[in-house]
Amino acid sequence: MNQPELTQECVLDEAGISGKIRELASSILEACRDDPPAAFIGIYTRGVTLAQRIQEALKEPWPDMQLGTLDISLYRDDLDNLGSTPVLRHTDIPFDIEGARIILFDEVIFTGRTIRAALHELIDFGRPSRIELAVLVDRGNRELPIQPDYVALTLDTTMREYVKVRFQENDDKEGVFLLRDSSK
Amino acid sequence: MTEEGLKPRKDLLDIESLDLEEIEFLLKTAGPFKELFSRSVKKVPALRGKTVLTLFYEPSTRTRTSFEIAANRLSADVTNFGVSTSSVVKGESILDTVDTLQAMRTDYIVIRHGDSGIPGLVAKHTRASVLNAGDGYHAHPTQALLDAFTLREVYPESAGKRVLIVGDILHSRVARSTSIILNKLGVEVSVLGPGSLVPPARHTFMHAFTNWGDALDWQPHVVYLLRVQLERQQEQFFPSLSEYHGVYGLTNRRVEILRQKGIYLMHPGPVNRGVEIADDAMKYERSLINQQVENGIAVRMAALYWLRPGTDERGGDS
Repeated sequence: MNQPELTQECVLDEAGISGKIRELASSILEACRDDPPAAFIGIYTRGVTLAQRIQEALKEPWPDMQLGTLDISLYRDDLDNLGSTPVLRHTDIPFDIEGARIILFDEVIFTGRTIRAALHELIDFGRPSRIELAVLVDRGNRELPIQPDYVALTLDTTMREYVKVRFQENDDKEGVFLLRDSSK
Repeated sequence: MTEEGLKPRKDLLDIESLDLEEIEFLLKTAGPFKELFSRSVKKVPALRGKTVLTLFYEPSTRTRTSFEIAANRLSADVTNFGVSTSSVVKGESILDTVDTLQAMRTDYIVIRHGDSGIPGLVAKHTRASVLNAGDGYHAHPTQALLDAFTLREVYPESAGKRVLIVGDILHSRVARSTSIILNKLGVEVSVLGPGSLVPPARHTFMHAFTNWGDALDWQPHVVYLLRVQLERQQEQFFPSLSEYHGVYGLTNRRVEILRQKGIYLMHPGPVNRGVEIADDAMKYERSLINQQVENGIAVRMAALYWLRPGTDERGGDS
Protein backbone atom coordinates (compact mmCIF):
# COMPACT_ATOMS: atom_id res chain seq x y z
CA MET A 1 0.00 0.00 0.00
CA ASN A 2 1.40 3.39 -0.95
CA GLN A 3 1.72 6.03 1.73
CA PRO A 4 -0.82 8.74 0.94
CA GLU A 5 0.57 12.14 0.00
CA LEU A 6 0.06 14.30 3.05
CA THR A 7 0.39 18.03 3.30
CA GLN A 8 0.80 19.43 6.76
CA GLU A 9 -0.35 22.74 8.17
CA CYS A 10 0.52 23.95 11.66
CA VAL A 11 -2.69 25.20 13.25
CA LEU A 12 -1.24 25.96 16.69
CA ASP A 13 2.40 26.36 17.67
CA GLU A 14 3.93 25.96 21.11
CA ALA A 15 2.85 29.39 22.31
CA GLY A 16 -0.60 28.81 20.83
CA ILE A 17 -0.99 25.56 22.78
CA SER A 18 0.08 27.23 26.05
CA GLY A 19 -2.51 29.94 25.53
CA LYS A 20 -5.24 27.40 24.77
CA ILE A 21 -4.31 25.34 27.85
CA ARG A 22 -4.66 28.46 30.03
CA GLU A 23 -8.06 29.21 28.49
CA LEU A 24 -9.20 25.62 28.99
CA ALA A 25 -8.04 25.70 32.62
CA SER A 26 -9.90 28.93 33.35
CA SER A 27 -13.11 27.76 31.75
CA ILE A 28 -12.97 24.58 33.87
CA LEU A 29 -12.26 26.64 36.99
CA GLU A 30 -15.08 29.02 36.17
CA ALA A 31 -17.63 26.25 35.61
CA CYS A 32 -16.61 24.24 38.68
CA ARG A 33 -16.00 27.01 41.19
CA ASP A 34 -18.89 26.00 43.44
CA ASP A 35 -18.44 22.25 43.00
CA PRO A 36 -14.82 21.36 42.25
CA PRO A 37 -14.15 18.04 40.53
CA ALA A 38 -12.68 15.20 42.61
CA ALA A 39 -10.33 14.04 39.87
CA PHE A 40 -8.99 14.50 36.36
CA ILE A 41 -8.72 11.36 34.27
CA GLY A 42 -6.66 11.36 31.08
CA ILE A 43 -7.09 8.95 28.17
CA TYR A 44 -3.83 7.49 26.88
CA THR A 45 -1.59 8.76 25.42
CA ARG A 46 -1.97 12.52 25.00
CA GLY A 47 -5.14 12.87 27.05
CA VAL A 48 -2.96 11.97 30.03
CA THR A 49 -0.53 14.76 29.13
CA LEU A 50 -3.38 17.23 28.70
CA ALA A 51 -4.81 16.27 32.12
CA GLN A 52 -1.38 16.74 33.72
CA ARG A 53 -0.98 20.17 32.16
CA ILE A 54 -4.41 21.33 33.31
CA GLN A 55 -3.69 19.95 36.78
CA GLU A 56 -0.47 21.98 36.78
CA ALA A 57 -2.28 25.11 35.55
CA LEU A 58 -4.88 24.78 38.33
CA LYS A 59 -2.61 23.79 41.17
CA GLU A 60 -3.19 27.04 43.01
CA PRO A 61 -6.95 26.84 43.39
CA TRP A 62 -6.92 23.00 43.52
CA PRO A 63 -3.62 21.83 45.03
CA ASP A 64 -4.84 18.29 45.75
CA MET A 65 -6.43 17.42 42.42
CA GLN A 66 -6.17 13.65 41.86
CA LEU A 67 -5.04 12.31 38.51
CA GLY A 68 -6.04 9.04 36.90
CA THR A 69 -5.19 7.38 33.59
CA LEU A 70 -7.33 5.30 31.30
CA ASP A 71 -6.31 2.87 28.55
CA ILE A 72 -9.42 2.17 26.51
CA SER A 73 -7.97 -0.58 24.25
CA LEU A 74 -9.98 -3.39 25.85
CA TYR A 75 -13.18 -1.39 25.39
CA ARG A 76 -12.73 -0.51 21.71
CA ASP A 77 -15.47 -1.54 19.30
CA ASP A 78 -13.05 -2.15 16.44
CA LEU A 79 -10.54 -4.64 17.91
CA ASP A 80 -11.48 -7.19 15.24
CA ASN A 81 -10.55 -4.82 12.43
CA LEU A 82 -7.21 -3.55 13.66
CA GLY A 83 -4.07 -4.61 11.85
CA SER A 84 -2.26 -5.07 15.13
CA THR A 85 -3.23 -5.88 18.70
CA PRO A 86 -2.86 -2.69 20.76
CA VAL A 87 -0.21 -2.48 23.47
CA LEU A 88 -1.97 -2.06 26.83
CA ARG A 89 -0.97 0.74 29.17
CA HIS A 90 -1.70 0.88 32.86
CA THR A 91 -5.17 2.11 33.64
CA ASP A 92 -4.59 3.69 37.03
CA ILE A 93 -7.47 5.10 39.02
CA PRO A 94 -6.13 5.06 42.58
CA PHE A 95 -9.18 6.71 44.14
CA ASP A 96 -12.87 5.98 44.56
CA ILE A 97 -14.94 7.50 41.76
CA GLU A 98 -18.26 6.57 43.37
CA GLY A 99 -20.35 9.74 43.67
CA ALA A 100 -17.46 11.92 42.46
CA ARG A 101 -17.40 14.66 39.85
CA ILE A 102 -14.88 13.58 37.22
CA ILE A 103 -13.41 15.44 34.26
CA LEU A 104 -12.19 13.25 31.44
CA PHE A 105 -9.44 14.51 29.11
CA ASP A 106 -8.52 13.65 25.55
CA GLU A 107 -6.46 15.69 23.12
CA VAL A 108 -8.87 15.44 20.18
CA ILE A 109 -12.51 14.46 19.85
CA PHE A 110 -13.45 13.08 16.45
CA THR A 111 -16.00 10.26 15.99
CA GLY A 112 -16.75 10.04 19.72
CA ARG A 113 -15.96 6.31 19.82
CA THR A 114 -12.94 6.68 22.09
CA ILE A 115 -15.06 8.61 24.58
CA ARG A 116 -17.81 5.99 24.37
CA ALA A 117 -15.21 3.35 25.29
CA ALA A 118 -13.79 5.53 28.07
CA LEU A 119 -17.24 6.07 29.61
CA HIS A 120 -17.90 2.35 29.55
CA GLU A 121 -14.58 1.62 31.24
CA LEU A 122 -14.97 4.38 33.82
CA ILE A 123 -18.40 3.15 34.83
CA ASP A 124 -16.86 -0.28 35.56
CA PHE A 125 -14.96 1.47 38.36
CA GLY A 126 -18.07 2.90 39.99
CA ARG A 127 -20.83 5.43 39.54
CA PRO A 128 -19.53 9.00 39.42
CA SER A 129 -22.04 11.74 40.22
CA ARG A 130 -21.06 13.44 37.00
CA ILE A 131 -18.58 12.93 34.15
CA GLU A 132 -17.54 15.83 31.94
CA LEU A 133 -15.25 15.93 28.95
CA ALA A 134 -12.46 18.39 28.17
CA VAL A 135 -10.54 18.35 24.87
CA LEU A 136 -7.90 20.47 23.26
CA VAL A 137 -9.38 20.11 19.77
CA ASP A 138 -12.89 19.29 18.59
CA ARG A 139 -12.56 18.37 14.94
CA GLY A 140 -16.25 17.45 14.40
CA ASN A 141 -17.45 14.48 12.31
CA ARG A 142 -19.10 12.73 15.24
CA GLU A 143 -20.49 9.23 14.75
CA LEU A 144 -22.05 9.06 18.21
CA PRO A 145 -24.15 11.54 20.20
CA ILE A 146 -21.29 12.61 22.49
CA GLN A 147 -20.22 16.25 22.98
CA PRO A 148 -17.39 17.78 25.01
CA ASP A 149 -18.09 20.21 27.87
CA TYR A 150 -14.80 22.13 27.55
CA VAL A 151 -13.14 22.77 24.18
CA ALA A 152 -10.00 24.83 23.57
CA LEU A 153 -10.11 24.85 19.78
CA THR A 154 -12.77 23.89 17.24
CA LEU A 155 -11.61 22.88 13.77
CA ASP A 156 -13.91 22.37 10.84
CA THR A 157 -12.48 19.29 9.14
CA THR A 158 -13.43 16.68 6.57
CA MET A 159 -12.98 12.91 6.84
CA ARG A 160 -9.97 13.23 4.51
CA GLU A 161 -8.07 15.34 6.99
CA TYR A 162 -6.18 14.26 10.10
CA VAL A 163 -5.58 16.30 13.23
CA LYS A 164 -2.38 15.52 15.11
CA VAL A 165 -1.65 17.01 18.50
CA ARG A 166 2.01 16.77 19.43
CA PHE A 167 3.21 17.33 22.99
CA GLN A 168 6.81 17.74 24.08
CA GLU A 169 6.39 15.00 26.74
CA ASN A 170 5.25 12.41 24.19
CA ASP A 171 6.64 13.51 20.87
CA ASP A 172 9.65 15.78 21.46
CA LYS A 173 7.80 18.53 19.64
CA GLU A 174 4.86 20.76 20.27
CA GLY A 175 1.98 21.81 18.03
CA VAL A 176 -1.40 21.06 16.53
CA PHE A 177 -1.17 19.98 12.89
CA LEU A 178 -3.77 19.53 10.19
CA LEU A 179 -2.77 16.86 7.70
CA ARG A 180 -4.51 16.64 4.35
CA ASP A 181 -4.45 13.76 1.92
CA SER A 182 -3.81 15.66 -1.31
CA SER A 183 -4.00 12.56 -3.53
CA LYS A 184 -7.76 12.24 -3.07
CA MET B 1 6.12 -4.05 18.21
CA THR B 2 5.25 -0.47 17.39
CA GLU B 3 4.06 2.09 19.90
CA GLU B 4 0.55 1.11 18.90
CA GLY B 5 0.67 -2.66 18.82
CA LEU B 6 1.84 -6.00 17.48
CA LYS B 7 0.57 -8.03 14.55
CA PRO B 8 -1.52 -10.90 15.88
CA ARG B 9 -1.05 -14.59 15.13
CA LYS B 10 -3.78 -17.15 14.68
CA ASP B 11 -2.50 -19.85 17.04
CA LEU B 12 -0.34 -20.36 20.11
CA LEU B 13 1.13 -23.83 19.72
CA ASP B 14 4.56 -23.69 21.33
CA ILE B 15 7.25 -21.32 22.53
CA GLU B 16 9.81 -22.14 19.82
CA SER B 17 7.84 -20.41 17.09
CA LEU B 18 7.39 -17.18 19.05
CA ASP B 19 9.99 -14.53 18.49
CA LEU B 20 11.34 -12.45 21.35
CA GLU B 21 9.19 -9.47 20.41
CA GLU B 22 6.04 -11.59 20.66
CA ILE B 23 7.09 -13.05 24.01
CA GLU B 24 7.83 -9.58 25.36
CA PHE B 25 4.48 -8.33 24.09
CA LEU B 26 2.61 -11.16 25.86
CA LEU B 27 4.52 -10.63 29.13
CA LYS B 28 4.00 -6.88 28.97
CA THR B 29 0.30 -7.27 28.18
CA ALA B 30 -0.28 -9.69 31.06
CA GLY B 31 0.60 -6.91 33.56
CA PRO B 32 -2.46 -4.71 32.92
CA PHE B 33 -4.64 -7.84 32.90
CA LYS B 34 -3.37 -8.81 36.33
CA GLU B 35 -4.24 -5.33 37.62
CA LEU B 36 -7.85 -6.01 36.66
CA PHE B 37 -8.07 -8.70 39.32
CA SER B 38 -8.01 -6.17 42.13
CA ARG B 39 -10.88 -4.12 40.69
CA SER B 40 -14.45 -4.70 41.76
CA VAL B 41 -15.40 -5.36 38.13
CA LYS B 42 -12.78 -7.85 36.94
CA LYS B 43 -14.16 -8.09 33.47
CA VAL B 44 -13.42 -6.21 30.24
CA PRO B 45 -15.41 -6.42 27.00
CA ALA B 46 -12.50 -7.19 24.63
CA LEU B 47 -13.85 -10.61 23.49
CA ARG B 48 -17.54 -9.87 23.85
CA GLY B 49 -19.60 -12.13 21.62
CA LYS B 50 -16.69 -14.51 20.93
CA THR B 51 -16.86 -18.20 21.71
CA VAL B 52 -14.06 -20.07 23.48
CA LEU B 53 -14.21 -23.82 23.61
CA THR B 54 -12.10 -26.00 25.88
CA LEU B 55 -11.31 -29.45 24.56
CA PHE B 56 -9.36 -31.54 27.08
CA TYR B 57 -8.41 -35.09 26.14
CA GLU B 58 -6.37 -35.33 29.33
CA PRO B 59 -7.85 -34.39 32.68
CA SER B 60 -6.71 -31.05 34.06
CA THR B 61 -9.07 -29.11 36.24
CA ARG B 62 -6.58 -26.37 37.03
CA THR B 63 -5.43 -25.42 33.54
CA ARG B 64 -8.94 -25.70 32.14
CA THR B 65 -10.39 -23.54 34.92
CA SER B 66 -7.61 -21.00 34.45
CA PHE B 67 -8.43 -20.70 30.73
CA GLU B 68 -12.14 -20.50 31.52
CA ILE B 69 -11.65 -17.67 34.01
CA ALA B 70 -9.35 -15.88 31.54
CA ALA B 71 -11.97 -16.13 28.78
CA ASN B 72 -14.78 -15.09 31.13
CA ARG B 73 -12.87 -12.01 32.25
CA LEU B 74 -12.54 -11.02 28.59
CA SER B 75 -16.34 -11.38 28.28
CA ALA B 76 -16.16 -14.35 25.89
CA ASP B 77 -18.68 -17.17 26.09
CA VAL B 78 -16.93 -20.29 27.27
CA THR B 79 -18.03 -23.86 26.80
CA ASN B 80 -16.30 -27.04 27.78
CA PHE B 81 -16.59 -29.72 25.12
CA GLY B 82 -16.84 -32.66 27.48
CA VAL B 83 -14.53 -35.10 25.78
CA SER B 84 -15.11 -38.17 27.90
CA THR B 85 -18.88 -37.83 27.61
CA SER B 86 -18.98 -36.96 23.92
CA SER B 87 -18.76 -39.12 20.87
CA VAL B 88 -14.97 -39.10 21.16
CA VAL B 89 -15.33 -42.23 23.22
CA LYS B 90 -17.45 -43.59 20.36
CA GLY B 91 -14.46 -43.30 18.10
CA GLU B 92 -15.04 -39.96 16.40
CA SER B 93 -11.74 -38.78 14.98
CA ILE B 94 -10.26 -35.53 16.21
CA LEU B 95 -10.68 -33.89 12.83
CA ASP B 96 -14.37 -34.83 12.76
CA THR B 97 -14.68 -33.17 16.15
CA VAL B 98 -12.91 -30.11 14.77
CA ASP B 99 -15.36 -29.97 11.87
CA THR B 100 -18.17 -30.04 14.37
CA LEU B 101 -16.62 -27.21 16.35
CA GLN B 102 -16.13 -25.26 13.14
CA ALA B 103 -19.81 -25.68 12.35
CA MET B 104 -20.55 -24.32 15.82
CA ARG B 105 -18.64 -21.15 14.85
CA THR B 106 -16.13 -21.44 17.64
CA ASP B 107 -13.61 -18.58 17.64
CA TYR B 108 -10.98 -20.03 19.99
CA ILE B 109 -10.19 -23.67 20.80
CA VAL B 110 -8.16 -24.48 23.90
CA ILE B 111 -6.88 -28.01 23.53
CA ARG B 112 -4.95 -30.48 25.66
CA HIS B 113 -4.01 -33.87 24.30
CA GLY B 114 -1.77 -36.73 25.34
CA ASP B 115 -0.13 -36.91 21.92
CA SER B 116 2.42 -34.36 20.76
CA GLY B 117 1.42 -32.34 17.73
CA ILE B 118 -2.37 -32.72 17.95
CA PRO B 119 -3.00 -28.98 18.61
CA GLY B 120 -0.92 -28.17 15.52
CA LEU B 121 -2.94 -30.61 13.45
CA VAL B 122 -6.18 -29.11 14.72
CA ALA B 123 -4.92 -25.59 13.98
CA LYS B 124 -4.37 -26.49 10.32
CA HIS B 125 -7.98 -27.57 9.97
CA THR B 126 -9.85 -24.71 11.52
CA ARG B 127 -10.30 -20.99 11.20
CA ALA B 128 -10.49 -20.80 14.98
CA SER B 129 -7.47 -19.73 16.97
CA VAL B 130 -5.96 -22.76 18.67
CA LEU B 131 -4.27 -22.49 22.06
CA ASN B 132 -2.18 -25.45 23.10
CA ALA B 133 -2.88 -26.25 26.75
CA GLY B 134 -0.37 -29.09 26.75
CA ASP B 135 0.36 -31.82 24.21
CA GLY B 136 2.25 -35.00 25.08
CA TYR B 137 5.88 -34.33 25.90
CA HIS B 138 5.94 -31.46 23.43
CA ALA B 139 4.79 -28.09 24.73
CA HIS B 140 2.80 -26.11 27.26
CA PRO B 141 3.28 -22.54 26.08
CA THR B 142 0.95 -20.72 28.49
CA GLN B 143 2.67 -22.44 31.44
CA ALA B 144 6.01 -21.20 30.09
CA LEU B 145 4.62 -17.67 29.75
CA LEU B 146 3.24 -17.64 33.28
CA ASP B 147 6.54 -18.96 34.63
CA ALA B 148 8.48 -16.24 32.84
CA PHE B 149 6.00 -13.59 33.99
CA THR B 150 6.28 -14.82 37.60
CA LEU B 151 10.09 -14.79 37.44
CA ARG B 152 9.99 -11.22 36.11
CA GLU B 153 7.85 -10.15 39.06
CA VAL B 154 10.63 -11.04 41.48
CA TYR B 155 13.50 -10.33 39.08
CA PRO B 156 12.45 -7.61 36.61
CA GLU B 157 15.89 -7.90 35.03
CA SER B 158 15.63 -11.62 34.42
CA ALA B 159 18.60 -11.97 32.08
CA GLY B 160 21.53 -13.67 33.77
CA LYS B 161 19.41 -15.20 36.57
CA ARG B 162 19.65 -18.94 37.21
CA VAL B 163 16.77 -21.39 37.39
CA LEU B 164 17.19 -25.00 38.53
CA ILE B 165 14.45 -27.33 37.26
CA VAL B 166 14.08 -30.43 39.43
CA GLY B 167 12.35 -33.70 38.63
CA ASP B 168 11.21 -35.75 35.66
CA ILE B 169 12.70 -33.67 32.87
CA LEU B 170 12.32 -36.43 30.31
CA HIS B 171 8.52 -36.56 30.38
CA SER B 172 7.86 -32.91 31.09
CA ARG B 173 6.46 -30.55 28.50
CA VAL B 174 6.61 -27.93 31.25
CA ALA B 175 10.37 -28.38 31.58
CA ARG B 176 10.67 -28.18 27.81
CA SER B 177 8.56 -25.07 27.18
CA THR B 178 9.70 -23.25 30.30
CA SER B 179 13.40 -23.86 29.66
CA ILE B 180 12.97 -22.62 26.09
CA ILE B 181 11.28 -19.38 27.11
CA LEU B 182 13.80 -18.79 29.89
CA ASN B 183 16.62 -19.29 27.41
CA LYS B 184 15.07 -16.80 25.02
CA LEU B 185 14.94 -14.29 27.89
CA GLY B 186 18.59 -14.86 28.73
CA VAL B 187 17.93 -16.86 31.91
CA GLU B 188 20.32 -19.74 32.60
CA VAL B 189 18.66 -23.11 33.17
CA SER B 190 20.06 -26.30 34.70
CA VAL B 191 18.27 -29.48 35.65
CA LEU B 192 18.41 -31.94 38.54
CA GLY B 193 16.83 -35.38 38.60
CA PRO B 194 17.34 -39.12 38.52
CA GLY B 195 19.60 -40.16 35.67
CA SER B 196 16.72 -42.13 34.18
CA LEU B 197 14.52 -38.99 34.00
CA VAL B 198 17.06 -36.46 32.78
CA PRO B 199 17.78 -36.50 29.07
CA PRO B 200 21.33 -36.07 27.83
CA ALA B 201 22.31 -32.38 27.89
CA ARG B 202 20.16 -30.26 25.61
CA HIS B 203 21.20 -26.90 24.32
CA THR B 204 18.61 -25.34 26.64
CA PHE B 205 20.26 -26.77 29.78
CA MET B 206 23.62 -25.62 31.07
CA HIS B 207 24.12 -28.54 33.44
CA ALA B 208 22.37 -31.78 34.28
CA PHE B 209 22.92 -32.43 38.00
CA THR B 210 22.19 -35.67 39.79
CA ASN B 211 22.43 -34.42 43.37
CA TRP B 212 21.26 -31.38 45.31
CA GLY B 213 24.72 -30.51 46.62
CA ASP B 214 26.18 -29.89 43.17
CA ALA B 215 22.99 -28.21 41.99
CA LEU B 216 22.95 -25.71 44.87
CA ASP B 217 26.66 -25.00 44.40
CA TRP B 218 25.63 -23.65 41.00
CA GLN B 219 23.81 -20.92 43.01
CA PRO B 220 20.36 -20.83 41.43
CA HIS B 221 18.02 -17.89 42.10
CA VAL B 222 14.93 -20.06 41.65
CA VAL B 223 14.27 -23.75 42.25
CA TYR B 224 11.50 -24.98 39.97
CA LEU B 225 10.07 -28.31 41.14
CA LEU B 226 8.23 -30.43 38.60
CA ARG B 227 5.32 -32.59 39.60
CA VAL B 228 6.14 -36.29 39.76
CA GLN B 229 3.65 -37.57 37.23
CA LEU B 230 2.38 -40.56 39.14
CA GLU B 231 0.13 -41.53 36.22
CA ARG B 232 3.13 -41.79 33.89
CA GLN B 233 5.11 -43.86 36.32
CA GLN B 234 4.12 -47.29 35.05
CA GLU B 235 7.63 -47.79 33.85
CA GLN B 236 9.88 -47.87 36.88
CA PHE B 237 12.10 -44.82 36.59
CA PHE B 238 12.93 -44.79 40.29
CA PRO B 239 12.43 -47.38 43.02
CA SER B 240 9.82 -45.71 45.24
CA LEU B 241 8.16 -42.40 45.98
CA SER B 242 9.70 -42.16 49.43
CA GLU B 243 13.13 -42.77 47.99
CA TYR B 244 12.45 -40.09 45.37
CA HIS B 245 11.52 -37.66 48.13
CA GLY B 246 14.68 -38.39 50.09
CA VAL B 247 17.02 -38.04 47.14
CA TYR B 248 15.39 -35.44 44.83
CA GLY B 249 12.45 -34.00 46.77
CA LEU B 250 12.40 -30.65 48.52
CA THR B 251 12.74 -31.95 52.07
CA ASN B 252 12.41 -29.75 55.15
CA ARG B 253 16.17 -29.72 55.44
CA ARG B 254 16.56 -28.49 51.85
CA VAL B 255 13.89 -25.82 52.36
CA GLU B 256 16.07 -24.52 55.18
CA ILE B 257 18.99 -24.22 52.74
CA LEU B 258 16.76 -22.38 50.25
CA ARG B 259 15.68 -20.03 53.04
CA GLN B 260 19.27 -19.27 54.04
CA LYS B 261 20.25 -18.57 50.45
CA GLY B 262 17.07 -16.57 49.65
CA ILE B 263 16.13 -18.86 46.75
CA TYR B 264 12.60 -18.62 45.34
CA LEU B 265 10.44 -21.70 44.80
CA MET B 266 8.17 -22.46 41.85
CA HIS B 267 6.00 -25.45 40.91
CA PRO B 268 3.46 -25.82 38.08
CA GLY B 269 0.93 -27.60 40.35
CA PRO B 270 -0.80 -29.62 41.48
CA VAL B 271 1.78 -30.69 44.06
CA ASN B 272 2.26 -34.18 45.41
CA ARG B 273 2.91 -33.47 49.06
CA GLY B 274 5.50 -35.78 50.51
CA VAL B 275 6.85 -36.67 47.06
CA GLU B 276 8.51 -33.76 45.28
CA ILE B 277 7.82 -31.40 48.16
CA ALA B 278 7.58 -31.79 51.95
CA ASP B 279 4.37 -30.71 53.63
CA ASP B 280 5.97 -27.85 55.54
CA ALA B 281 7.73 -26.56 52.43
CA MET B 282 4.32 -25.49 51.14
CA LYS B 283 4.45 -22.66 53.68
CA TYR B 284 7.88 -21.44 52.54
CA GLU B 285 7.74 -17.64 52.41
CA ARG B 286 9.58 -17.40 49.10
CA SER B 287 7.21 -19.82 47.42
CA LEU B 288 5.75 -18.30 44.24
CA ILE B 289 3.33 -21.18 43.67
CA ASN B 290 0.12 -19.26 44.37
CA GLN B 291 1.41 -16.29 42.39
CA GLN B 292 1.92 -18.67 39.45
CA VAL B 293 -1.74 -19.65 39.59
CA GLU B 294 -2.90 -16.04 39.56
CA ASN B 295 -0.45 -15.10 36.83
CA GLY B 296 -1.69 -18.03 34.75
CA ILE B 297 -5.02 -16.29 34.31
CA ALA B 298 -3.33 -13.01 33.33
CA VAL B 299 -1.05 -14.53 30.66
CA ARG B 300 -3.93 -16.58 29.23
CA MET B 301 -5.95 -13.37 28.95
CA ALA B 302 -3.00 -11.80 27.17
CA ALA B 303 -2.80 -14.75 24.76
CA LEU B 304 -6.53 -14.73 23.98
CA TYR B 305 -6.40 -10.96 23.51
CA TRP B 306 -3.45 -11.13 21.13
CA LEU B 307 -4.49 -14.07 18.93
CA ARG B 308 -6.89 -13.42 16.09
CA PRO B 309 -9.00 -16.20 14.52
CA GLY B 310 -8.56 -16.76 10.80
CA THR B 311 -5.70 -14.30 10.41
CA ASP B 312 -2.58 -16.35 9.98
CA GLU B 313 -1.05 -17.74 6.82
CA ARG B 314 -0.43 -20.89 8.83
CA GLY B 315 -4.12 -21.14 9.48
CA GLY B 316 -4.95 -23.73 6.85
CA ASP B 317 -8.34 -23.41 5.24
CA SER B 318 -9.21 -19.89 6.30
